[in-house]
Amino acid sequence: MKLVDVGVGRTVKVEQNSAHDYLKERFLALGLTKGADVEVLRKGPKNNLTVYRIRGAMIALRNEESKFIEVL
Amino acid sequence: MGLTAQSVRMESLRDIYEIEKNETQYVVALAGNPNTGKSTVFNYLTGLNQHTGNWPGKTVVSARGQFKYKKNEYIMVDLPGSYSLFTASKDEEVTRDFLCYGNFDAVVVVADATCIERNLNLVFQVSELTSKLILCINLIDEAKKKNIEIDKEGLEKELKIPIVLTSARNGYGMNELKNLIEKTSQKDDKEAAEKSLYFKQDEKLREKISEDNYNYANELKQKYIKEDIKKLNRDKRIDDIITSKKFGIPIMLFLLGIIFWITIQGANLPSQVLSDILFGFQYKLNDIFIGFGVNDFLRGILIDGMYRSLAWVVSVMLPPMAIFFPLFTLFEDLGYLPRVAFNLDHMFKKAGAHGKMCLTMCMGFGCNAAGVIGCRIIDSPRERLIAIITNNLVPCNGRFPLIIVLSAAFFAFTGTFIDGIIPALFITLMVLLGVFSTLTVSYLLSKTLLKGIPSTFTLELPPYRAPQVGRIIYTSLIDRTIFVLSRAAVVAAPAGAIIWLLANIYVKDFSILNHMANFLDPLGRAIGMDGFILIAFIAGFPANEIVIPVLLMAYMSKGALTDFESINSLRQILISNGWTALTAINMMLFSLLHWPCSTTLLTIKKETGSLKWTLAAFIIPTGIAFLVCFVTASVYRLIWQ
Repeated sequence: MKLVDVGVGRTVKVEQNSAHDYLKERFLALGLTKGADVEVLRKGPKNNLTVYRIRGAMIALRNEESKFIEVL
Repeated sequence: MGLTAQSVRMESLRDIYEIEKNETQYVVALAGNPNTGKSTVFNYLTGLNQHTGNWPGKTVVSARGQFKYKKNEYIMVDLPGSYSLFTASKDEEVTRDFLCYGNFDAVVVVADATCIERNLNLVFQVSELTSKLILCINLIDEAKKKNIEIDKEGLEKELKIPIVLTSARNGYGMNELKNLIEKTSQKDDKEAAEKSLYFKQDEKLREKISEDNYNYANELKQKYIKEDIKKLNRDKRIDDIITSKKFGIPIMLFLLGIIFWITIQGANLPSQVLSDILFGFQYKLNDIFIGFGVNDFLRGILIDGMYRSLAWVVSVMLPPMAIFFPLFTLFEDLGYLPRVAFNLDHMFKKAGAHGKMCLTMCMGFGCNAAGVIGCRIIDSPRERLIAIITNNLVPCNGRFPLIIVLSAAFFAFTGTFIDGIIPALFITLMVLLGVFSTLTVSYLLSKTLLKGIPSTFTLELPPYRAPQVGRIIYTSLIDRTIFVLSRAAVVAAPAGAIIWLLANIYVKDFSILNHMANFLDPLGRAIGMDGFILIAFIAGFPANEIVIPVLLMAYMSKGALTDFESINSLRQILISNGWTALTAINMMLFSLLHWPCSTTLLTIKKETGSLKWTLAAFIIPTGIAFLVCFVTASVYRLIWQ
């Protein structure tokens, strides 16, 4: 399943980072590596951004980005 | 936002990897994740005043400063924050290149004590480049508040790197840091650095390294750091309201309105006091000049021209700015700006612009030139251009007071408590209009000249931090005062002299200024203003601060009856020169939307490296300003005349 489809309040584990190029590097830099815990905290206005807790930090991602993260 | 006089100076544009030094000097680089307090550490050590703020990407160029410790001198280089040396956003490149090629003697990696796991990744990467590394775990006071316990000794033993726990903003641990810097910079660098990895495009390998780094970081965190889940959720609960779908945007508008209201209410008295003092001094100065028998012409240039415009700039511009900026900085330090970016992102996305444009826009409030430099935090060239070209559409330090003063003069006349509220609403509306134009222009650009889809966006919401109210108000106040005063001295005084000359040298029956105004008058009238106002805006090209002073001088040289004695007589002077509510509104609109000042244009040229885009940055806002003012003037005439 993809991170974008995970409901608010759930915690999942990253299975694969399927983004490319710059976005992939950015994900890796933020700690979205295989096995990382991600908690879905909240959706923002118009459901555009979602806040995740990643490696202890709060990171907001657009749906266009979070669809590249495969989770379990 | 880079709201310091320092960050606006052209020197700050330099990115240099080879730092000049002599034998007793050591170069120390400060690296770290965005928003870990590097600039605070930097300021504490160097005694400089690099702007600090609680949002990632604030430092986009490396700042430099020096300090002396025992026998030696240390040159500190404050590098832009970076999550990793692999990524290649513009500002992160500066950090990576410096750490790979710079001639540093030690690197201090500043880490956020409340988010060690994420911060360690960079530590591991830097430790592969150099052994002269110090880990400075900063914000330890915030960690204590959150009941986070760090086993420093354990971590030190495991990592084999000297570690210091600090809280730079109140000086905790800083002496130990200096001590470590001394020891480390005199060490020899043993390890041969494997630099190629940071430039080569081997994605697989880099993914593996990141994964290993993070797994190790997680392991270390489990072993050496204790967290308190309850405290950890404090920010989450605040954000549940501040960034909620329902309340996020209304709260933001409300706060903005409140800031403007306080600014207007608070600026009244100091403005009055300043103008009483400064104009009182003008009469004394005048008497002294007459006493010494200085001829009238010279006295005119020096007092009526230079001194008076300087006094106007100071009394009109300084108080609102000295109130607005400390307030804004408080919110910035609290960590509110990234939340604003979060709340507005869907609009920027729709406009085809980058989500971080919201942050560069906020920088524009301080100074558009700084805002344009700030656009370096945007990685995609297309979106960076959009952000650069539209930055001018938020009112900067030079234009804000004009909007504040005019709205206070024209829309606060009931004599009741509403007097403070109407101008505040008005200014909020003006700012919203600026944001609206920004979005519209971005949308049009991304559909025409700069086609493309919005690029990827990741935004960190940093933990809220209690701002140090006293210190912020003090430094921000001093900073603004220096900024306004220096601009007044450098630009307002000479401009005052020139305008005075133009107003007092006569060709036939009229002064040169009058001839110019008459020439521009039809154009000015067409957009609901007059020739003098247009002259004032043209004269304001080097600095928008002088628009109002130039205008007043031009009007008064016409022989208007009222003499300008206080801020309160502003309204009388303007009305006696044929002003209506339309003139006031259009002047505010024109000021909000018109061409960027010369410094901003030079910066745009420098940042884009293109004359074409610099020209576009001039023409687009100017076109909008004329169009909008023409429309409001036409509508006004249709209804009221």
